[in-house]
This record gives sequence, structure tokens and C-alpha cells, in this order.
Amino acid sequence: MPEPASPDLLPRLGAFARLLHDAGLEAGPRRLTDATRALAFIDLKQQRDFRNALRSVFVSRKEDLPTFEAAFDIFWSPLDPRASAGMIPGRNRSLPLSPERAKAWANALGLNTSEMNRKGEDQEFPASSSGYSAEELLRNKDFEQMTWAETEQVRRLLEQAPWRVAERRTRRLRPARSGRIDLRRSARHAIRSSGELMTLFRRKPRVRRRPLVLICDVSGSMERYSRLLMIFAHAIARREDLEAFVFSTRLTRITRLLRQRDLDRALESVSKGVHDFSGGTRIGDALGTFNRQWARRVLGHGAVVIIISDGWDRGDPAHLAAELLHLRRSAHRLIWLNPLLGTEGYQPLTRGMAAALPFCDDFLTAHNVQALDDLGRLLAGLDARTSR
Amino acid sequence: MAGQLSPGHLVRFVTVTAPLSIDDVERRLRERRYIGDRGLATSIFLALQLKKPLFIEGEAGVGKTEAAKVMAEVLGARLIRLQCYEGIDLAHAVYEWNYPRQLLHIRLMDEGADKTDRRTAEREIFSSEFLLRRPLLDAIDNDDATPPVLLIDEIDRSDEEFEAFLLELLSEFQISIPEIGTIKAKQVPFVVITSNRTREVHDALKRRCLYHWIDYPDLDKEVEIVRARAPEAADGLAREVAALVQGLRGMDLYKVPGVAETLDWARSLAALGATRIDANLVNATMGAALKYQEDLEKVREQVPALIEKAQRA
Repeated sequence: MPEPASPDLLPRLGAFARLLHDAGLEAGPRRLTDATRALAFIDLKQQRDFRNALRSVFVSRKEDLPTFEAAFDIFWSPLDPRASAGMIPGRNRSLPLSPERAKAWANALGLNTSEMNRKGEDQEFPASSSGYSAEELLRNKDFEQMTWAETEQVRRLLEQAPWRVAERRTRRLRPARSGRIDLRRSARHAIRSSGELMTLFRRKPRVRRRPLVLICDVSGSMERYSRLLMIFAHAIARREDLEAFVFSTRLTRITRLLRQRDLDRALESVSKGVHDFSGGTRIGDALGTFNRQWARRVLGHGAVVIIISDGWDRGDPAHLAAELLHLRRSAHRLIWLNPLLGTEGYQPLTRGMAAALPFCDDFLTAHNVQALDDLGRLLAGLDARTSR
Repeated sequence: MAGQLSPGHLVRFVTVTAPLSIDDVERRLRERRYIGDRGLATSIFLALQLKKPLFIEGEAGVGKTEAAKVMAEVLGARLIRLQCYEGIDLAHAVYEWNYPRQLLHIRLMDEGADKTDRRTAEREIFSSEFLLRRPLLDAIDNDDATPPVLLIDEIDRSDEEFEAFLLELLSEFQISIPEIGTIKAKQVPFVVITSNRTREVHDALKRRCLYHWIDYPDLDKEVEIVRARAPEAADGLAREVAALVQGLRGMDLYKVPGVAETLDWARSLAALGATRIDANLVNATMGAALKYQEDLEKVREQVPALIEKAQRA
């Protein structure tokens, strides 16, 4: 066993692990131990190898790579004479730290806060502008003039809704009365009776609930529905296999943000993590991003895709149609929920909606709990076959 | 059966010493015409030293599986490959009793003169003779001169149950078979797990591993890879194809071509006797790199511009 890394390196390594932890990476004691062990095999004078070694220990997701590189640059860059002249080489990157932590780290490392934090980013979400504050929700007439107390009721209703998403057959087999012969169990049993196959055991494919993918429009025109739809998403995420995305000008994945048990904290992290609430709408672009970056990762296993949008699109309808066609091919079922459909006399005449309609398997409303319940029943009744 | 090797693969290699340094790993990979980056060599070296599994992620066709294969060669070790798929279970991954043989054996015993008692019979048919060894058991219960390389390929295709089992296996390196007992690895295999990220693999599993993300190579590296892996392509052609693919990766496509596609494309063009690319050749062979109709159409419109850019690169 080689010598452990030099003694004064260990405290610094510990501090680096804390920085990574603050920036959202997993950098617990186990990883720190691994890092210490790893460095014993590395020529520390080779900064490249040092960086590579720490990366392979502390990173375990592609998404975390930029954060790691930035943290490494900030933490390990040697003090350079140019630094005093106002330039800090290699320290132009930024880390997703909370303001307090950023300040603390900047002090510890002798940097300006601006060098630590994401460039020009206002961490504070403009909470006043969206349907996220209670008073505003109360003032909003539309979502069925719902009061705060009423939304609470809605939340409970949704959580207790009796429906579950329909199941599909998987390739894993389980014992059953009918189905294919289970040679393993039958033979096992036969051995007891001197090799006579007395009973034939059978097995058939196990069923699992279909994964749900929710792609939710939170642009300006959808503002008054967004809080309720987020409550809806949170309620489903609590019990189903849900991947959730929101978009207005760009697409953001909020699956991980919704995982918090507490609704308000989940909503808070969503509002912090999404930067374009109530912006303009580019449905085609958002779906394009989804098709390229996420479809292959989240649409396996016969997923059901639900798009919630009013179809007000500033992009090119042909583009939207092309992306929807692609999406429809890779999803088990494509459902479009339009809150406006609940409005009396509404006809899907917006260009976006007209372009989208031919590609959706279902076109439903989403303006009240009843509508969401109808959706639930539709989801519960989906076919168990893997393809359409 | 998935992941099983033909007997031809089971040849023991002469003992090769373990790599001594990152440079050593890099050099050995190169000798076997695997052009990887320094980061990959570092991860491999550390995984060997720390005896931890190596988790390799990357887009399809960047050489993840190949890395494991070359590693086996580099170490002079046997490669044991387990290809994951949806529904893979212990009977396919670890072991299975050979039931037809067991039944037959019992029948024969019964017909034989000496009626053996049931206990003896059971002991007989639940011996290793009747055990079908699948890749994971093979990797754990080995007495190779050099620890084997266990490649668990495309783990993202398996399901959570299997992942949970792997997690247990990778922390204990032992397998228990009720009729035989617990089999503990005499020597821990070098484990390489690959994933295409069609879904997120659970953090707990990744936590046990060192991680490496293989990115698309830059132009020079890709040219080098084409030269090493598709030597039939002339130097000029290799460069132009690599540059062309680099151009495609910058486009807004549903499925961006990987290095495997670059190699296929270079080989296709070389097979047609091409030494340079032109619009006709590119149009005729584009299917080697692009696998979606929409992508093909989109690229077809821009072929002349792409070629011009590639030839300037």
C-alpha cells in the first residue's frame, strides 16, 4: 500500500469535498476516503491527473461535470501573480451555490462573491409575478375562482384520487395459474417425486404501471393554471413513476425538484429551478429539446406522455407538427390537456393547437378537478400492450 | 444465451503484469488501437488500484464496450460479458440448475439396480455438475491466473430489481446458492459497467463505482481513431469523414452519429474505393451515420455545405 497523500493535502481535500457538497454533488465520507486513497496513486504534480482522479471519484452523473470543473478551477487554481492585477485565471467559472454559501466560500477562498456565483444570475425567483402567491391566486378569477383553502382541498382530492395509471406487461415473469410452463419450478417439484412431472407450474409476464411523462406549459398565457398544475404534478409524483418537465421559452426538467415530500418546499424548489415562468411560448422548440435530449432516456417502457398547454405558440406550426409526430412515435400514448377546452364555446383554433391536434391520441380539458379526474380514469384504462 | 462466451474465448492468456501508472495504461490501450483520453486511462488505473468497479457512461457508439474489451486484453485477463436486457433475472445472469438433466438423472438412478436414498440423490443432482454457470457466477467463482474482467453491458436496459441485486453483488462479491452454499470470490474481478443513459441508474450503485463519462472525441482524436480502427480508409478520407461527422454533431439531429458510425462510414466509403468524399458518395452512404429518416432529409439539403466545411477542416 503506497503512502497516503501528503498530510497537509487531506484537510484541503476535505474542504474541497464540502464545496462540492454545497454545490449539490454527492461528496460524503465514503467518497472522500476514496479520493484520499486514489491520490496516493497519482503524481500530484500532474494537475491533469489530479483533476481526472478527483473527477472519477466525486462525479457520477454527466450533469454534474460542469459543476465539478468549476469547483475544481475555483478551489485548486494556484494563486497566480496576475490574480493581484485583477485577473483570476481559471476562475471565471461559476457554481450553483446558495447566496450565503457563496459568500462563505468566497471569504474562505479569498475571492469576490461574483466569482463564485452563477454569472449575473438572480437566485431570487421573481415570486411576485406568477400564480405562485396565495393572494394573487385568490384574485385570479379563472381557475374556477379557487381560494387557497380550495387549492388545499384540491391537493387532498388529487392525492386520494382512486385511480392509478394503467399497467403494461413487462418481460419479467412471475408465477401464475395460467401462462407459460415454468420449467424451473416444475422440475424442482418433480425431483421430490423421483423425476415424475406431477404438477406443471406456470408463469406469465408481470405487469407494472406505465411511466408517465408530463410536459407542462408555464408560459404567460398559462400563468393562472400553473400552480394547480404543479400541485397536480406533485400529487402524481408522490405515487407514480413520473418524469416532469416545464417550458415556456425553454425546457426544464423538474422531476428531481418534485421529489420533495412537502408540497410547498417542492413548489419552492421548482420556482427556483425554473427560470422562465410566464415567458413566451415556443412549444415546438421545447418539444424539440425533449425529443433530442430526453426522449430516449424517459420514454422507455411504454410511457404515456401528457402535454399541458393552451396551444398559444409563437413558433412555426410546421415545426411543432414535426416534433409532435416524432414524439408520438416514441410514446405509448400522447395526451394533450388544454385548460381552455373547458371554456364554453372554445374551439381549438389557435395555430399551434390546430397543428397539434392530428398528432394527439386524446385531447382533453384540464380546467377543474373533475377534468383531472377524467384524465385519471383515462390513464387507468390504458391498454396493457406495449405498443399502440 | 446472452453474455455467454464461446469456448474459444476461454483461452488463458499468458500472465501480464498489471499496469504501473496512468502512462502505462494509456500506452497499452494505444498498442491495442484504442484511442482514449487521459481521463479514461486515469479512471481505469484507479479502478484497478482501488479495486472498485468502473462505471462508464456516454452516448451510443463512443466506445464504452470496446474499452472493457481492450482492458481485458491489456490485463491479459478473461473477458466475461453480461449483456443486460429488460427482464434479465438471476437465472440468466447468475446460475440455473440444468433441470432436464437432473430429471433424466433421477430416472436413471431409479432404474438402476441400487436404489439410492433420496438424500444421496439430491446431493448428487445439486452438485456443480448440474449447475449452469451464467456470467456473474463465472466471474465470482473463478480461479484464473489474472482476475477476469467482468463487463456488465448496458445496465440501463435492466430493471430496478436487477440493479438492486447487482448492488449487493458488488459490495460482497459473493453469491449464495441454497443447495451448495455461499461462493465467495477468491479474487475480485475487474468490473466495468456501461450505460447509454436511457434511464438513470440508481445513485447507490454508482456510489460504489468510479465514474467516467466518455465524450465525443475532437477532430484530431477522431481522425486518429479512424486511422487506427479503419486502416483501409486512406488518410485523406479518414480526415474528411471525421470532419464531416464532427459537422453533423453540431447539427440539430434526433440521433447524433457516434464514433462507431464514423468508423462504419469510413469503412463503407473505403469499400467503394473512395479516397476523397464528394456529394454523390456522401448521399449514397449517409445511412451509415444517420439512422432517422428526418435526420437524413435534413442533412441531405446541406450536403454540399457540409462537405466544403469538412474539406477545409
